[in-house]
Amino acid sequence: MEANIAELEAEFERKIANDEKIEPKDWMPEKYRKTHIRQISQHAHSEIVGMLPEGNWITRAPSLRRKVALLAKVQDEAGHGLYLYSACETLGISREELYDQLHSGEAKYSSIFNYPTVTWADMGAIGWLVDGAAIINQVPLTATSYGPYARAMVRVCKEESFHQRQGFEIMLTLCNGTPEQKAMAQDALNRWWWPSMMMLGPTDAESVHTEQSMKWKLKRKTNDELRQQFVDQTVPQADLLGLTIPDPDLKWNEDRKSYDYGDMDWEEFWQVVKGHGPCNKVRMDARRNAWDKGKWVRDAAMAYAEKQDKLETA
Amino acid sequence: MKNWPLWEVFVRSKNGLEHRHCGSLHASDATMALENARDVYTRRMEGVSIWVVPSSAITASNPDNNGEFFEPAKDKAYRHPTFYELPEELKHM
Repeated sequence: MEANIAELEAEFERKIANDEKIEPKDWMPEKYRKTHIRQISQHAHSEIVGMLPEGNWITRAPSLRRKVALLAKVQDEAGHGLYLYSACETLGISREELYDQLHSGEAKYSSIFNYPTVTWADMGAIGWLVDGAAIINQVPLTATSYGPYARAMVRVCKEESFHQRQGFEIMLTLCNGTPEQKAMAQDALNRWWWPSMMMLGPTDAESVHTEQSMKWKLKRKTNDELRQQFVDQTVPQADLLGLTIPDPDLKWNEDRKSYDYGDMDWEEFWQVVKGHGPCNKVRMDARRNAWDKGKWVRDAAMAYAEKQDKLETA
Repeated sequence: MKNWPLWEVFVRSKNGLEHRHCGSLHASDATMALENARDVYTRRMEGVSIWVVPSSAITASNPDNNGEFFEPAKDKAYRHPTFYELPEELKHM
């Protein structure tokens, strides 16, 4: 039996090394399964909780054009959550267990969604920065080793680019507007910049999962590499808007052909992860409320389906 | 109360192409499964036809047995055109 496990492990390692995909019914080490359940579910939960800060502004969008776009974006996030839950369930965990983990606080979701959306400009900043950072994080995942996750990510990435463009367009419109509107855009950038930077995860030195995840191709670039990519990509975009990134240490480094940037407030990051962010409680209450109050609907639909089944077989 | 069962979703992206598996979802019955599949998997006109199948109705081969299971085709190189040695002059065959 032990020889058998060693053989299975060798075959698994060979597939990963050759960039072959692992599919649901293939043998995989327990740790691989658990790590994937953790990461994919965390990703799914982030999409679902991520609907809340933006949902806040659907009814108050400044025009019908903005409203339909925001509504479509939030619908996409629901869709992305569902693709990811469905990928996660192929690892042998049920949807109910996944929801329970979210609602009990056992599972995490991206900390960024624990910040409030206080002005309309936040819809612009989220699309531009938060979705921008998310795309950088997600593109390498389309090549990850677990088949269902990689396929879900291909769909997600195809749809994300509209999200970032609609956000940038909101920022651009505000920046070309009145001084007050431009100030609103700057204020949103000031508040979302650092949380977006930290969205790319702890520094490499602090990241406990990076090494194993790189080996399994669950991660293709380290957090710091992704963060650098985000900074280098975003600075020229801020210039185009005529906005200032709130980092006094930000400057072009000619030797590295990249921007240097200042230190992040990791104390704040961990406080938010641990549940002490400005909106952790509001977000979780909204989720639990939706789940609990929707129970009678789920039950009624099931009762109806069972009744129809009986009528057909009778 | 029982949880909503799982359905596998297959989408034909346009006529002339086969239905392809694109994921799964939960729904209480087939009608709801179809409507949810439309909303989840074809928000941008990605399909002209959808099949939904209860996941429990699918019987799958077991990859652990791939060796024996697919063995019958393994040593039959003569099923491939390249097995046959023909003269160079015979260009299109």
